[in-house]
Amino acid sequence: MIAAIVVTLVHLAFALAITPVLIGVMRTVRARLEGRVGGGVLQPWRDVIKLFAKEPLRAPGSSAVLIWAPLLLMASSLVLCALIPLVSTLSLPGAPGELFVVVSVLLLGTVALAMLGLESGTAFGGMGSSRHMMFTALVEPTVLLSIYALSLPAGTSTLTAIVRARRDDLSTLLNPVSILAIVALIVVVVAETGRLPVDNPSTHLELTMVHEAMILESGGRDLGWLEFGSWLRLTALLGLTVNLAVPWAIASDASATALLIGAAAAALKLVVAAALMAAVEVFIAKLRLFRVPELLAGSFVLAFLSVSASYLVF
Amino acid sequence: MNLVDAGLYGVLVGGAVAVAAAVVLRGRARNVIAGLSVMAVGAFAAATGLAALAGMVGTGLVIPVSLPLVGGLDPLVLAPDRLGGFFLLLAGLVIATSALFGIGYAHGAAASRTGWTGFAVFAVGVALVPTAADALSFLLAWELMAIGSTVLLLADHAERQAVRAATMWYAVMTHLSFLLLVAGFGVLIAAAGGTSWSRMVTIAEPVASVAFVLLIAGFATKAGLVPMHVWLPRAHPEAPSHASAAMSAAMVKMGLYGILLVTLRLLPTGPSWWAVVLVALGAISALYGILQASVQSDLKRLLAYSTTENVGLITTAIGIGLLLHQSGQQAAAEVAFIAALLLALSHAVFKTTLFLGAGAVLHATGERDLDQLGGLAARMPVTALTFGVGALGAAALPVTSGFVAEWVLLQALIHTDAKADRLLAVVMPLTMGVVALTIGLGLLTFVKAAGIGFLARPRSEAAARATEVGFTMRAALVAAAGLTIGLGLIPGPLAQLLAGAVGATGIATSGLTGIQLGGLGTVILDPLVLTGLTAAMLAGIVIVNGIAARRHPRREVDLPWGCGGERTSPRMEYNATSYSEPLARVFGASLNTRRSVEIEHPEDAPLLVSGMVFNQETVDLVEDRVYVPAARLAQRLGDLARTVQNGSIHRYIGFSFAALLLVLVLVTR
Repeated sequence: MIAAIVVTLVHLAFALAITPVLIGVMRTVRARLEGRVGGGVLQPWRDVIKLFAKEPLRAPGSSAVLIWAPLLLMASSLVLCALIPLVSTLSLPGAPGELFVVVSVLLLGTVALAMLGLESGTAFGGMGSSRHMMFTALVEPTVLLSIYALSLPAGTSTLTAIVRARRDDLSTLLNPVSILAIVALIVVVVAETGRLPVDNPSTHLELTMVHEAMILESGGRDLGWLEFGSWLRLTALLGLTVNLAVPWAIASDASATALLIGAAAAALKLVVAAALMAAVEVFIAKLRLFRVPELLAGSFVLAFLSVSASYLVF
Repeated sequence: MNLVDAGLYGVLVGGAVAVAAAVVLRGRARNVIAGLSVMAVGAFAAATGLAALAGMVGTGLVIPVSLPLVGGLDPLVLAPDRLGGFFLLLAGLVIATSALFGIGYAHGAAASRTGWTGFAVFAVGVALVPTAADALSFLLAWELMAIGSTVLLLADHAERQAVRAATMWYAVMTHLSFLLLVAGFGVLIAAAGGTSWSRMVTIAEPVASVAFVLLIAGFATKAGLVPMHVWLPRAHPEAPSHASAAMSAAMVKMGLYGILLVTLRLLPTGPSWWAVVLVALGAISALYGILQASVQSDLKRLLAYSTTENVGLITTAIGIGLLLHQSGQQAAAEVAFIAALLLALSHAVFKTTLFLGAGAVLHATGERDLDQLGGLAARMPVTALTFGVGALGAAALPVTSGFVAEWVLLQALIHTDAKADRLLAVVMPLTMGVVALTIGLGLLTFVKAAGIGFLARPRSEAAARATEVGFTMRAALVAAAGLTIGLGLIPGPLAQLLAGAVGATGIATSGLTGIQLGGLGTVILDPLVLTGLTAAMLAGIVIVNGIAARRHPRREVDLPWGCGGERTSPRMEYNATSYSEPLARVFGASLNTRRSVEIEHPEDAPLLVSGMVFNQETVDLVEDRVYVPAARLAQRLGDLARTVQNGSIHRYIGFSFAALLLVLVLVTR
């Protein structure tokens, strides 16, 4: 019990510490590849601190959603980081990192964001919210099916147990079922966190933006929470994917050495994955809005094949 | 006489008092006394249901019947078993809540003598259906429910033409359902030699399959499964809101009770295609229902389609349970059945909240078109909050009953061993995909319903003038929303009770309040722990936020950014139609969306644009492709008959003569 609480706290601290660095790395890689200098790896930290030192505005007649949605997004992202096996596979006894629980916590954050977009009362907010929810709806089958596929060899839908089983049994890592499911999951991460080619994270004020459109009317600490919350989602989802794909060196107890090794390994995996993601993003353009469902349908097919293959072939 | 029997008498007496109050009293007194009596009916039903669910058995109400020339009639028996008790509990909760809402809400024709009598008769009918222990009393209660609801539905027929059309659809579909049930039970009675359920347990094939098809078709019509769902999106919007809530949350469930009655109790050893039929019926209904719901802009119509979706999910769960049962995976099958029951109860409570919320909005603004609403969160905080809770439930998000129910369903799917069974290997991933897409689209639908309806700025004068509704309506909303949250926070004891209703073992309470699905390994969901975890995070965030807020307080500005300019007219906001436009485009083929753009030009300058009219409507595909051609065919046959019946007296004399000849020939043979 105490070990589990320690691990949860370590997860939270790790996520809070690494997230801005991760975003900084992605931006720097992108800048360097485009021939710019970039703001440096610590720029996201400075951005957030700046935002918290500014006063937020509110329009007359706006409701409590304006104030609470950013906080809820942040809370949902933190719970996500606590539940997902980032550094260690230990989990809280009453709240194992169960697949559907994790997904629904993620969705709570999504809903908070979408409601905020609608609350802003401008065309942009509604537009972003509508598109974001459409992507979420279409990505949902892929999420559930791909983790369903990964859960079959482990015999459980608890993420910690899946990661542990994959670490201990190499044969589950390098088979078509697992590879198909991981590819499908990568598409999910891209769509859920609004990266290219689904949404352009570095855009501002263009008609095709999705995430930026929803947070357009927020400022000050509201925007700070929104930014940080969204980044944390990237850390959590990317962390889950890399730990599923490359489950080595993740801690399985709460001893200091194991946790240190786990944290260092997780940081390394995350930074490499983020750098790769940013490097790939340089070479691709944003998809047309109505081509995105095709991408998501494709990822659904991969996930479906993965489940059927695990039943019928392996 | 124990609690179960006393409760049944209570239901009947309460109904009688309500009818008497509706007839004798007038004005406000009628609303209050009749409403309270119907609430008592609901409370008695819920108490009886709970007692029966917990395993208490009464002697029941036994009414011996005999008809001349008809032998083999068993007495009419009203005695709920555990499964019936569950549905009685569900119906009782819904009736009590919607009657409470009705006290403040009913006005005009819904508050008339006929309106309240209809509601009372309907409530008693709904409560009696799951108590019936034989086919005859089941059909009688079923018809009572149908008549009461039809009268209720007709309430506003003088004001709105649409009400009459809706009632016509409803009456036709509900009687189609009744006829199918009479035929189905007729087959069973003939084979069993009696009307009591207890006799109908040893029916052999092929009689069983014939009865199955007839009964499932009948129950599916009442439950609103595709393609028999067409009455839902017409009847629910036009009925008074407390009646819509009771119809959608309680009456539709009786169709599901019927499906469970047939598959679990009367014909428990069916072939596997029965299960596949149920899964397919359910999956198609779930997807089609939520797709249609996501593009509706009429709030109550949206909720009606979402009922089809939820009923579809429940039917899928029942089908999955049967399929797993037949392949010998008893533990997973029991979890699927529990999931079906949890989904049913969860839908009952959140749909009551949502329909009553829609009623409150309608009461306050006179609008149910989302495109005319907005900004209600600041004007009707209680309604907004409770509607939000209901929407969370409908979107199956924590910590609501909807989340727990779908979690249990997904556990049943994911813990299936399909390696040995090709059928399962195909059905399970497909079902998972359908359920996941349904959840995703449900999320969009209810973000739209709550966000467009209650947030941002009002889109019409009526919405801008709205004020919070009265005490009884708020009380009903809070009660229904409280149940939605309560069942989500403390699902364990209920799941344990339900396990008894379907004879499941291994489902237990974990910790204080969580669910443990013992048969599937140690699968645990403890919403209280999750809520505690989230609350801890939120507390930390709020503290940090508070510190920042002390240094830099929030400022209210008359001129917010509005994208760099002055706030534009509320007409520029995204509305419900535009919100679902991308989705309507992606699923265009299955939604049957028609849109037209008309551009007007000034007379002297054909290249300039003076105005544009955009119109988009979604016509129900099934209605368009199945029911309209069928109606046209019937019309054509009728026209053909008219050539025979043309009103000429000579021809009729000729017919009489021919008939006489025919009779003579037959007699002399």
